[in-house]
Amino acid sequence: MKTIRIGAGAGYSGDRIEPAVELAEQGALHYLVFECLAERTIALAQQAKRQHPESGYDPLLEARLRAVLPACRAKGIKVITNMGAANPEAAVRKAAAIARSLGLAGLKIAAITGDDVLTAVQRGHYRLEETGDLVADLANRIISANAYLGVAPIVAALAAGAELVITGRVADPALFLAPLIHEFGWAMDDWDRLGQGTVVGHLLECAGQITGGYFADPGFKDVANLARLGFPIGEVNEQGDLIVTKVAGSGGQVTSATCKEQLLYEIHDPNAYFQPDVVADFSQVTVEELARDRVRVTGGRGKPKTGALKVSIGYVDGYIGEGQLSYAGAGARARGQLALDIVRERLQLTQVQMHESHFDLIGLNALHGTERITETEPYEVRLRVVGRTTSLAEAIRIGNEVETLYTNGPAGGGGAFKAAREVLAVQSVLLPEALVQPSIQFTEA
Amino acid sequence: MKLRMLAHSRAGDKGNTSNISVIAYDPKDYEHLCHYVTAARVKDHFQGLVQGDVIRYELPKLGALNFVLFDALGGGVTRSLALDAHGKSLSSAMLELEIPDPPARHETISV
Repeated sequence: MKTIRIGAGAGYSGDRIEPAVELAEQGALHYLVFECLAERTIALAQQAKRQHPESGYDPLLEARLRAVLPACRAKGIKVITNMGAANPEAAVRKAAAIARSLGLAGLKIAAITGDDVLTAVQRGHYRLEETGDLVADLANRIISANAYLGVAPIVAALAAGAELVITGRVADPALFLAPLIHEFGWAMDDWDRLGQGTVVGHLLECAGQITGGYFADPGFKDVANLARLGFPIGEVNEQGDLIVTKVAGSGGQVTSATCKEQLLYEIHDPNAYFQPDVVADFSQVTVEELARDRVRVTGGRGKPKTGALKVSIGYVDGYIGEGQLSYAGAGARARGQLALDIVRERLQLTQVQMHESHFDLIGLNALHGTERITETEPYEVRLRVVGRTTSLAEAIRIGNEVETLYTNGPAGGGGAFKAAREVLAVQSVLLPEALVQPSIQFTEA
Repeated sequence: MKLRMLAHSRAGDKGNTSNISVIAYDPKDYEHLCHYVTAARVKDHFQGLVQGDVIRYELPKLGALNFVLFDALGGGVTRSLALDAHGKSLSSAMLELEIPDPPARHETISV
């Protein structure tokens, strides 16, 4: 039976590059997929594009493509990535130049666009899923609106012979489901296959998170050689049956436990995982260890798609200012608490308006609050004051007040840090898919 | 005992919602987890951290539970003031949950 091997070369935009090279050179792959777009990334990229029209794609695009394209071309491995972010056309122009400079003239590259639906969203009467507010109320604070596209334009690009496909916003699992549909000719209403193909994509899209990354817990879950973590390979047959594996000799491990953790990662109702092309059902999935670093995952199913696409809306949502300072030794907690009280009073005295704030002691309560604490005297604590403001000037003053603890606060405060930034928040709306028109542009290097 | 002795866990984020899996190391402990790691217990355990409802989904074929915690991430990953805006460390808070020891299993002991 025909089997396709797909490697996951990145789980987020800043991910390690060598594991992708290892996959390209030693993975016996047919496809190498790079998933690099977090929720907010595209809004940040849209801001960059407004400043410089030829930017707005992934900052590591050049480094990644330079690292893997020679091996991919030599071995006939096709590359699919959402590194186009807010500007897939510019990303393709860059990729073509890189290919030529590597002596890979003739490389067929496709740009997938159409995910930018800002105009359609602003024209309609849409409410944000999270807060129920009208999109129109965001007015000029709105930066971007991008629909999660499905597989169709990627499948079409592959059918037309593309060797490198660069997209903007696409549902992450679709980057993996598309080549399966292209290779096996699955029908777009074969819901169970599309559901199992979504399992494949979901398991692979975070790269090292299924090969032992985000997993180790010494004494309970030991993982060897995480500094050389291997990224995953999915072997998929025409039925959609998946075997997760990795390059022999690479670090990490593929086990039932790593696969189960990743299957449920960022899943709500396992019976209904909403995707552009299918509502996937993970509830009957089973995992089975076949051999060392070989785990079979089967049983994904599906139901008809909803006809609506999720759209991420990026918008400016005020400013955040922050300051930090550390205390250690006997009485560290008491001095840290005194410092917090001082900063709180200073921010009131100087009339810094904060809509929301946190006064934390890192090492004591910054991650999970105070309710679950049993240890009460840490050797060191790090004060952290952070607040939301309307203006950047006020945000800056929060960090400044923390810094003045150096000469005005308790004894022995060290290691001040301060920062202030504009907040790019993301919420979502649902858009009828008929309002979204993906398109493909081909370029030859 | 702490839940950590019987299960492992991973947290994920979507907007202001966190999901935290609880996966039995040994599938034989799954029923025990179903009995004691309820949505109500988890909601209580995360008091002060999670403002919204907690829903539990059961995955008997994986020996796993999936908890969805609403209004759990300080208004959402992209705007949260929290040190861990994604709530990635919430899996470790989950494993701090105290549960009774599982019933002794009848195993053959050779003398």
